[in-house]
Amino acid sequence: MKLTGSQVLFKALREEKVDTIFGYPGGSVIDLYDELFHQEGIKHYLVRHEQGAVHAADGYARATGKVGVCLVTSGPGATNTVTGIANAYADSIPIVILTGQVPTHMIGKDAFQEVDITGITRPCSKHNFLVRKIDDLGRTIREAFYIAHSGRPGPVLVDIPKDILQGTLEETELFMKIHLPPEPPKEPIDEACAAALTMIRTARKPVIFAGGGVLRGKAVSELMTFANCIHAPVTASLMGLGAFPGTHPRWLGMLGMHGTYYANMAVSHCDLLIAVGVRFDDRVTSKVAEFAPHAKIIHIDIDPVSINKIVKSHVSIISDCREALQRLLSMAGGEVLLSADQTREWLEQIEKWKKAVPLSYCRSAKIKPQYVIEKLYELTRGEAIITTEVGQNQMWAAQFYRFDHPDTFISSGGLGTMGFGLPAAIGAQVAFPDRLVVDIAGDGSIQMNIQELATAVHYNLPVKVVILNNGFLGMVRQWQEMFYGRRYSQTEMKQALDFVKLAEAFGAVGLRATKPEEVEEVLRKGLETPRAVMMDFHVEPEEQVYPMVSPGAGLTDMKLGNLRRDAD
Amino acid sequence: MEIKKSVISILASNKPDVLARIAGTFSGRGFNIDSITANVTGNPRITRIIITTQGNQDTIIKIEKELNRLVDVHQVTDLTSLDLPLREMILIRMPMTGENHEKIMEIVDRYHGEVIETGSGYGILELTGKKEDMDNALSSLELLGIDDFVRTGSVTL
Repeated sequence: MKLTGSQVLFKALREEKVDTIFGYPGGSVIDLYDELFHQEGIKHYLVRHEQGAVHAADGYARATGKVGVCLVTSGPGATNTVTGIANAYADSIPIVILTGQVPTHMIGKDAFQEVDITGITRPCSKHNFLVRKIDDLGRTIREAFYIAHSGRPGPVLVDIPKDILQGTLEETELFMKIHLPPEPPKEPIDEACAAALTMIRTARKPVIFAGGGVLRGKAVSELMTFANCIHAPVTASLMGLGAFPGTHPRWLGMLGMHGTYYANMAVSHCDLLIAVGVRFDDRVTSKVAEFAPHAKIIHIDIDPVSINKIVKSHVSIISDCREALQRLLSMAGGEVLLSADQTREWLEQIEKWKKAVPLSYCRSAKIKPQYVIEKLYELTRGEAIITTEVGQNQMWAAQFYRFDHPDTFISSGGLGTMGFGLPAAIGAQVAFPDRLVVDIAGDGSIQMNIQELATAVHYNLPVKVVILNNGFLGMVRQWQEMFYGRRYSQTEMKQALDFVKLAEAFGAVGLRATKPEEVEEVLRKGLETPRAVMMDFHVEPEEQVYPMVSPGAGLTDMKLGNLRRDAD
Repeated sequence: MEIKKSVISILASNKPDVLARIAGTFSGRGFNIDSITANVTGNPRITRIIITTQGNQDTIIKIEKELNRLVDVHQVTDLTSLDLPLREMILIRMPMTGENHEKIMEIVDRYHGEVIETGSGYGILELTGKKEDMDNALSSLELLGIDDFVRTGSVTL
């Protein structure tokens, strides 16, 4: 049977069980969109900017654990995806980006809407392909999916020339068979696991540090079993929030530059750090020479590149997190490795640190952004899927919303992309139409992909946007206050922008609170309205995120600002 | 840790962009390529790329890991410690007159090279051998005055 390139593409997507695509049409992909007209079983969501398509696919992937898919045209459509691809690459998120390309005979001739997108995205994608023959199309798509979700996940781009989509092919049995080079055999981990167990048994002040790898590797329940097996406290990077319940008594909060006082103190004083699925990013380690100075470090990660890249580990287990934790637990033979007695003193010290400097803020006549997050947490009972933008809004979300479940905190960590939250929320809402999805934003960030509000309204996606509106590029302003003598260079965004009218212009609901007494009512109304809602909270303009570890300082050297500090 | 010269042999899928990927990994991660040779192996689907670079032990390990991560790279081997014969080729164009002819041929013979082309007043020499020998040959010939030269990357097996 003869198939067109477009039909081959959709057949490949169906083989990969894709039922959702985020995209935006254009000349190079018009044939695909024509074929889409006849396709059932795949729902396409039309975004309003290609960057929104990639972030939506990314949010969808983070929320579901599946590979997110987006489809854009050539030229500017493709270049508009670059930020989103780099973002997914930095956070190791499995997405496949399908880009149209000019016909094969036009490539390299500066054709209309031609760019060398494979060249441009080579350094910021896990892999990419340019399909040169229709015979390769089906298997290339399937290879792209395989690469996206295997090992350390990442974004994979497939560039498809228009003539390939228009061409025809005789359907054969093997035309979708994957042809990748064989993977190197996995290194055996038993020796490393045995060494790790020995190290664990002699520790008395252990800390488990969980990252994005635990979530991507679906190792959450193994992590809990393991944490209980060694009676250890648990901290996480921004990317690991939700890997361990935020309401658990042994949860330490986030680690790092804006982590909790007690997480930073615990890691700085522990004698054993078990790092699972993390890459020791500089936001976490700060001054590497002073990071976990008294600890033996066990590092479990699937990517050999991460091992000993920033921090030297004493035992490294190169493996998928779930397999490694299962192996450790099975080698422990169901026995408790460290008893409650053995870690009691350590946990008591941690309680002292928790009491000395809890996360807090001072109330005032103005709305405090932390208060908005706390109220949001309370009203949603901690059950919402939270996406964030970047900056102070993101840090307060990470601090004041407690995540008990995996894949419920969706935030741009490695690249720190403002404008990620709203399209990512759309992706998450599409994945879970019956869940509450909230984007926590700043007034700066929300403007970067504001056009996606139209997408939300178009598909009746009831995403909620909580804007912590301080009239500033908040995080940069914080640095300017702390390190640049309050010289607010180009960070003030004196408001003429009426977010309520803006929301209504898009067909969404707009609500505003300007006083603390109004916050709860606005949140309640917003959360209960079964439509897309934008809530504009006019917050204290010059609030700082604390704790803060200054760049170049050790983790124990935290600025605490107004955080309550009791004598130890 | 001491900086040492390293030779890395890479087996990769024979695809148009594989060289760009490998070169991009070096430059993107702040490593330098001193020399590079690439050609197809006995299996037409596999290319061998040999790169010489410099760095301390940690750097070389890092480079290997980054290269291994690339989807199209099948195998990465650090050949430095194996002390294998490292060979380069050099072509030199220089004026060849009655006067310097003997001196030039003395150097060419010393390194078992040959004159592959002659024209009016000039010649093109081809020399192959160990890298240090090629360095020495070039220095010696430069004293006699050369027009231009081209060097390949190092190869080894």
